[in-house]
Amino acid sequence: MATITFTLNGQPRTVEAEPQMPLLWVLRDILNLTGTKYGCGMALCGACTVHIDGNPVRSCRTEIGFVAGRSVTTVEGLGTPDALHPVQRAWLELDVPQCGYCQSGQQMSAAALLARNPKPTDADIDAAMRNNICRCGTYQSIRAAIHRAAEIQALAMDAMAPAEEGRV
Amino acid sequence: MSAAQLKRREFLALSAAGTGALVLGHHVPATAQDGSETLEFNPFVRIAPDDTVTLILHKPENGQGAVTTLCMLLAEELDCDWQRLQWEFAPVARVYGFPLQGTFGSLGVRTSWQPLREAGAKARVMLQSAAAQRWGVDIAQTRTENGRVHRVGSTDSFSYGELALEAAQLPVPETVALKSPDQYRLIGKPTPRRDTLAKITGTARYGIDVRMPDIAFAVLERCPVFGGRVASFDDSRTRAFPGVIDVVQVGRGIAVLATNTWAAMEGRKLLDIQWDLGPNASLSSERIREMQRELLQHSGAVARSEGDVEAAFANAAQKVAVTYEVPYLAHTTMEPPNTAVRLDEQGCEVWSGTQIPGICHSSAVAAAGLEAEQVKVNTLFIGGGFGSRGGGNVYTEAVEIAMVTGRPVNLLYTREDDIQQDRYRPCSMVNLEAALDAEGWPVALRGRVSCQYFQALQNGLDREAVAGLADNDYAIGAQHFEYVPLELDVPTNFWRSVGASQNVYFMESFLDELAAAGGKDPVELRLHLLRDAPRLRRVLEIAAERAGWNTPAVPGRHRGVACVSCFGSHNAQVVEVSVDQGRVRVHKVTCVVDCGQAVNPLTVRQQMEGGIVYGLTAALRGEISLADGRVQQSNFHDYDALRIDEMPEIDVFIVPSEDPNPGGIGETSTPAIAPAVVNAVFAATGVRVRRLPLEKHLPTLLAESQQQDSHAINSGGTIHA
Repeated sequence: MATITFTLNGQPRTVEAEPQMPLLWVLRDILNLTGTKYGCGMALCGACTVHIDGNPVRSCRTEIGFVAGRSVTTVEGLGTPDALHPVQRAWLELDVPQCGYCQSGQQMSAAALLARNPKPTDADIDAAMRNNICRCGTYQSIRAAIHRAAEIQALAMDAMAPAEEGRV
Repeated sequence: MSAAQLKRREFLALSAAGTGALVLGHHVPATAQDGSETLEFNPFVRIAPDDTVTLILHKPENGQGAVTTLCMLLAEELDCDWQRLQWEFAPVARVYGFPLQGTFGSLGVRTSWQPLREAGAKARVMLQSAAAQRWGVDIAQTRTENGRVHRVGSTDSFSYGELALEAAQLPVPETVALKSPDQYRLIGKPTPRRDTLAKITGTARYGIDVRMPDIAFAVLERCPVFGGRVASFDDSRTRAFPGVIDVVQVGRGIAVLATNTWAAMEGRKLLDIQWDLGPNASLSSERIREMQRELLQHSGAVARSEGDVEAAFANAAQKVAVTYEVPYLAHTTMEPPNTAVRLDEQGCEVWSGTQIPGICHSSAVAAAGLEAEQVKVNTLFIGGGFGSRGGGNVYTEAVEIAMVTGRPVNLLYTREDDIQQDRYRPCSMVNLEAALDAEGWPVALRGRVSCQYFQALQNGLDREAVAGLADNDYAIGAQHFEYVPLELDVPTNFWRSVGASQNVYFMESFLDELAAAGGKDPVELRLHLLRDAPRLRRVLEIAAERAGWNTPAVPGRHRGVACVSCFGSHNAQVVEVSVDQGRVRVHKVTCVVDCGQAVNPLTVRQQMEGGIVYGLTAALRGEISLADGRVQQSNFHDYDALRIDEMPEIDVFIVPSEDPNPGGIGETSTPAIAPAVVNAVFAATGVRVRRLPLEKHLPTLLAESQQQDSHAINSGGTIHA
């Protein structure tokens, strides 16, 4: 057992766990943050996607020992019902989920994509999202929702821009 | 809920349903989230003094949109405030459909259509009666809107909550008039889903998410060969793994319980189990195909026989005889199977994302050896069903493990367990023959199916094993179909669209072959033969027009078509594909559906898209194969799903229907996609793929075809056009 401290959704957290234990199961079974889902355990399906220092990673293949000192964001930290992330707002507007099980991972991958590429093309979306499986077949809605999230994000940035300038 | 309230629930349910309303389980459902009193109008509706209206949802939500669609049915007639309408999953009870309470067969909306609208209308009449009594007027002097009863010709009104206490005491009306379609406010309008917010914020609760004090996370090692058993085992290394709590033997194998799922999985790897593999240790896919070929030599149970088939073949100008086949398929729902169980002195409580809570309940009762009243089933969101979460072993396994350990457990199938211990869509092999007349029209069809059965045989026949083939709508004068059951220990199950998932491929691809043989256009042939099936004919016409069937496709792309009536709806699909070095790319699917009254066009569209993706995945690469009695696939690397970069554009068009009642939508679009793609591949390459999956068999067929072509060139023959 090891004591591991990391940042989880903006808050410092310390857990006692075997260092090889995947982050996925630390989140789900020790910290009871069940929004991150198990789908394959082999980094093949993307259901367990979280951000580590802003990068999308498969938490099922990320040992908790690696996470020490890093910053983890899960779907619970992406946004809240009162303050949804642009990706979540777009997902809501377009009613993307069907069964919904893969959608935490889908949104985390989409949010990471938009953070580094604010105006992705269809090809960019395909490349960034092809590691996230949806068996309900929501891909067409996901693609549309990412384009919509990009618009929402751009509008939010435009709204912030004068304030930024004002500060200068 | 107080005893008096429970009695009232039973009484009201009894009067509403007339079939008895036993609510099964020692834990009665919570009345209201804040503990305030709510009034039950019937088994489906509660109204609280704070104006909250609650639908008791008797169909599980596996993504098909049951939550939203059933709320719409109730609200349409109740005239309640849509924003204040809440819902909760129903307990298991006869009034909700027990023993088969659940969602299956694309029946959710069809079987809720009448009862839920009536439940809403009856509650509304009771509220109107209560208001009429207060005002001392006839009920005709009242009207309802958005959760209030208004007095006609005045500004007086009461909210439903204000009237609930009085209204709930009134007699339940025997009959009520329901709205006509021109009065609908909700039905037929694309309506946002009520489960989206929970599903995008990570708060939707699935079976895998069930947590409780002292819960143990469990995985179960089962024999890799179907029907095998544990001979002996050594768990000493497992028990030494940090986090492992217990190792127990149950009917199907050895369970490892731990403080977290990872420790249970890792601990299981350390088990040393000697298996008694049983009689299936040499079973293989090739052996099964040999058995099927042998069975097809024998006659079977007659599924359909009409016209003089023998004479038609004797007089045929042309005959076509081919063999088609499909492999076993797993379901691979994104949420693997799981079930949580807690036993205490009162009984057994089960939590599961189950398609059929009724079967979950019956399985738990049998496994626990308890009375029905001692078992309570809690229905949770389902992370994908597709037919897999009806019956199954997971309920029994979880109860057995909880009984041995005495702890609450949540049993999870790993993805490997899910793929290797699923109950599969059966493989099937069919011989198909057709007779064509001198003009090239089919005049007789003969088929024989060799397949395991999905369900118990009746007079030697499983209707599902021939569904989509023997019940085709084509006016081909003489038709004869037989079914020869294949007896194996490979567990089988329903799989999205069940028998139609394979038979529509056989039927619609074979029909394409007949079009080619008879020199007919595939759409023209179908329209000609669908003269007695006007609704299917119409969707085919519309699909052909929308897809530009009679105009050239983009260079390099080729079209294919297929259509079918199933689950009470009618669907036609036209696809555009390109084939590059044996690799099939589906660019576009035009999907036209007549599903009667579309209750929520938004979820109809979603289900059409989803059904196509599910069927396309299987058509392209879905195959479960057996060797040495073992399933050879194990995870998404060798049993992959369609991914976003392969996603075709799907154009769904919902035909305004003359049928005022809804048809099924959950499975309607799955059957036609495989034949439409295979037919398009034929248009692209001249190669007919009679065995799925495409990605496995097409390259071989293309290579053979090229060899034949080069042979033809070398020997001076004509090149196949």
